[in-house]
Amino acid sequence: MQTQPEGLGAWGIAVALAGGAMRGSIPYMFVSLGECLTEKSGKINLGMEGVLLMGAMTAFAVSDITGSPWLGVMAAAAVGMLLGALHAWLTQQPAVNDVAAGIAMIVFGSGLAFFFGKRFVAPMAPQLPLLDFGGWSRVPAIQSALRISPLFFVGIAAAFLLHWIFTRTSWGLKVRAAGDDTQAARALGINVNAVRFIAITIGGGLAAAGGAHLTLYFPGIWSEGISGGQGLMAVALVIFAKWSPRRCLAAALLFGGAQALGPSLQSLGVNGYYHLFNASPYLLTLGVMIATCTPHRRLAGMPGALGKK
Amino acid sequence: MKKAEAVLVPLGAMVAGLLVFGLFCAALGVNPFLVYASIYKAGFGSWYSWQNTLVRASPLLLGALCTAIPARAGIIVIGNEGAIIVGGLGAIWAGLATPSLPPFLALTVMTFAAMLCGGLWIAAEVALQHYRGVSAVISGLLLNYLAIALMNQLIEGPLRDPSSFNSPASYPLAPSHRLGSFAGTHVHHGLIFGVAACLLAWFLIDRTTFGFAMKIGGGNVRAAQLAGLPVGRLVVIAGLLGGACAGIAGMVEVAAVHGRANESLNAGYGYSGILVAFLSRQNPLVIVLVSLLTGGLLASGGMLQRAHDLPDATIAVLQGILFLFILLSDTFYGRFNFTRTKTPEARAAHANAA
Amino acid sequence: MTRREFLAVSAAAATARASEPLVIGFIYNGPKNDLGYNQAHAEGKQALRALPFVRAVEEASVPETVAAEESMRDMIFQDGATVVFATSFGHFDPFTIDMARENPAVQFFHCGGLFEEGKHPKNIGIYFGFIDEVEYLSGMLAGLATRTNRIGFVAAKPIPQVLRNINSFTLGVRSVNPRATTRVVFTGDWVLPVREAEASSSLVDQGIDVLTGHTGSPRVIVQMAERRGVFACGYQFNQSSMAPHGFLTGAEWAWGTVYLRIAEMIHAGKSVTNGTIPRRLTGTLKDEFCKLSPFGPSVTASSRARVADAKTAILNGSLEIYRGPMKDNEGETAIPAGKILKIEDVELDRMDWLVEGVDGSAKG
Repeated sequence: MQTQPEGLGAWGIAVALAGGAMRGSIPYMFVSLGECLTEKSGKINLGMEGVLLMGAMTAFAVSDITGSPWLGVMAAAAVGMLLGALHAWLTQQPAVNDVAAGIAMIVFGSGLAFFFGKRFVAPMAPQLPLLDFGGWSRVPAIQSALRISPLFFVGIAAAFLLHWIFTRTSWGLKVRAAGDDTQAARALGINVNAVRFIAITIGGGLAAAGGAHLTLYFPGIWSEGISGGQGLMAVALVIFAKWSPRRCLAAALLFGGAQALGPSLQSLGVNGYYHLFNASPYLLTLGVMIATCTPHRRLAGMPGALGKK
Repeated sequence: MKKAEAVLVPLGAMVAGLLVFGLFCAALGVNPFLVYASIYKAGFGSWYSWQNTLVRASPLLLGALCTAIPARAGIIVIGNEGAIIVGGLGAIWAGLATPSLPPFLALTVMTFAAMLCGGLWIAAEVALQHYRGVSAVISGLLLNYLAIALMNQLIEGPLRDPSSFNSPASYPLAPSHRLGSFAGTHVHHGLIFGVAACLLAWFLIDRTTFGFAMKIGGGNVRAAQLAGLPVGRLVVIAGLLGGACAGIAGMVEVAAVHGRANESLNAGYGYSGILVAFLSRQNPLVIVLVSLLTGGLLASGGMLQRAHDLPDATIAVLQGILFLFILLSDTFYGRFNFTRTKTPEARAAHANAA
Repeated sequence: MTRREFLAVSAAAATARASEPLVIGFIYNGPKNDLGYNQAHAEGKQALRALPFVRAVEEASVPETVAAEESMRDMIFQDGATVVFATSFGHFDPFTIDMARENPAVQFFHCGGLFEEGKHPKNIGIYFGFIDEVEYLSGMLAGLATRTNRIGFVAAKPIPQVLRNINSFTLGVRSVNPRATTRVVFTGDWVLPVREAEASSSLVDQGIDVLTGHTGSPRVIVQMAERRGVFACGYQFNQSSMAPHGFLTGAEWAWGTVYLRIAEMIHAGKSVTNGTIPRRLTGTLKDEFCKLSPFGPSVTASSRARVADAKTAILNGSLEIYRGPMKDNEGETAIPAGKILKIEDVELDRMDWLVEGVDGSAKG
């Protein structure tokens, strides 16, 4: 048992924010990167909430059954890619509306997740190993904040990898071309459908891996209420980040930290208005969008084909 | 052929979806035919079941219109949930502020308040997209969260009934302000609003010049503008109308179901409504049919739990499968040209569309 | 018809009635394996298996909307239920009330509803348990185990039931450790696992070394405590498997007691409509409506002894938790000197204060 001779007072907020940012940002990171890739190719996937939940449940279940959390993460990614592929194939059919398909995927994905997850509520599945950077401190709170999930670094790496892919590789160029102008891309000989299919599939895999973090690290349980809309939020996050993977990273850290702000302020005794407080990220995003969008000039960075067939 | 298609294709999709679900049940060791029988029995098998279905369909009718009307004007709205909530809040505020009004007037006031709140909410999202380029899909999402936070803050704060200890709620409406049920049934009068709204919406969109103008604007903004149509105004009005419908749904929740505003206002009807709208291809008359079907499906969830020991998530799985199949079926329209001979142009067009 | 014939026919009818199973329906507002509130009720329903004349059906994840009416009605019409248990507070008004009016021959029992005589139909009974004393005992172990003298309580909303638990727990803590304090954090809703985890984590950052809570299912709090290496006290259901090292004890519901008792009364022909079953059926630790979870491995023998003594004192009435003078955490008098509030006292149902020693605001 650890002994905690004194609390941290106001520094507790800083520690909580830092720890919270590193913990809470991971689902947002992975889902927004997955959605970023999807949208850069010109399609929107609103069904990420369902994918996130299926990923979370699969990771937990596989970890529980096999005893290996990493197997759980990989299984989650595989399931996510399957769901992504389903969405990709579905929305590629003519006359299928992307928004509707996404919402149907939320219903389907969450239904499946809750259905198969019933027997996994009670067990405690093996969790992902932590990387301990806090050994130097004698303050347990700092130690705890600096015990970081390896997925955090995978997420950061993924963000930079995605940025490099978009700016330096030919495949990334194809993705962006497909996302900017479907006809022009086809005229250039790019197989737009194939490019989008791959992008959306990988996007689903990423989102599901983000879900794995919820059940295999924080909070480390499987429960039907575990997501609470994070999948949908991440879609908004991509817009907020103007479709740049590195800005997605920053935004995810912001949202993750904000999630920890409410509870940590309360534990210091700052109460009141916590509902509106908890809604502040959404207000902020909306405000930023209203301020920066214009109808005549496309929002900087927005893939031109988004929203069109 | 087109008329036959309009019935056969979605029907085929449903059959296919039910088959897949049946396989799912069989794989779990549950007899799919018994499950089908239960779904039918619980949704449509008796007058009792029909009442359940009608009650479930009621909010879907109004929620779906919130997406369908602006969709015909060219903007996809998904902020239905938020509009339902603010509509409900508007209705409770109006109802509590006018305790001495006779029932009919009180209902009128509450309905107008709900329509105003819901209408402005969606109109804002639509205007933001048309005039400011902010995607209505995104703003709808964000505003939904905001509406929920607002609802919680108001219900636990200024609107709170101090005697509602364990579950924060507003003061209750006076009995005269409540919406009743049809005699001898447990179906509340909210159904009237839903059906009437769908009929009015259909009439407006398909039988008036306003609707015609709206559809043109929804088809091609540039062309409509060149033709001199005030597209912005049309679009915003469509948003107002759609949001008003959602607002009424909130009013019905408050006046017919709960008698007060509490956190159950956030019941998820908004998102179901979006799906119903798309499945109905934004046609208000078809919305009535799809709402009934969806209502029947949802009504059978309890039976599956009690009679077959299936978990509560089973109905969501069935819903998901059916929705995916029905969405997919949209692509089959026009593919079945057995009787017609294809011209070379038509064949080329087909190839391009694939 | 002669008197003998009449008696024979009545006896036959009675036997026929007796051989038909008594169908009892349960609705829960969440999953029945949530390791918290709903599972406690589901466990209570399982206790009915001991009665051969009972057939119990249940429906989980019934939201507190008109769907509750539908579920209850379906159980009555499709399954033939003559008794319905609605286990979540939000199922009461207007759903259980409307159903009771619609089905006067069916008996409805609601957990914790606010029944108003004269206004609500007579075929509704209310059952509830007062768990304050068990929270007190649980708090005692927390007070004995803490080394930082700081306890953490993660709560959903500042409603009377929750405030009673915070207060009784704290009273238990301070009865053995007067210098200890409880810090409360409200998450805002009943099922928010991520927020509960964050709250638990930040409480531990502040130096708290015993966690407990009152949410839909405090298992997240207990698990977080184990992960951070601090102690935990459970609530509603036995969460000891979540914290093999740090679990102290917990305050659990024992709804089986209630369900068995009501089922037997109904089988004997009694009903709540004519008053032969009490309108308000409440119980405390003594009535076995609630119980203390088994002790965890780190609870010392002397601590066990102290809790056992306190429990005996509670059971024989010599220990009253809400005994004045008692101040709230804003310095006002909550219970004046010389006054004792019994656990079943209705005044406690309106509690809106936090006792001295609690850091936090009852306004949320």
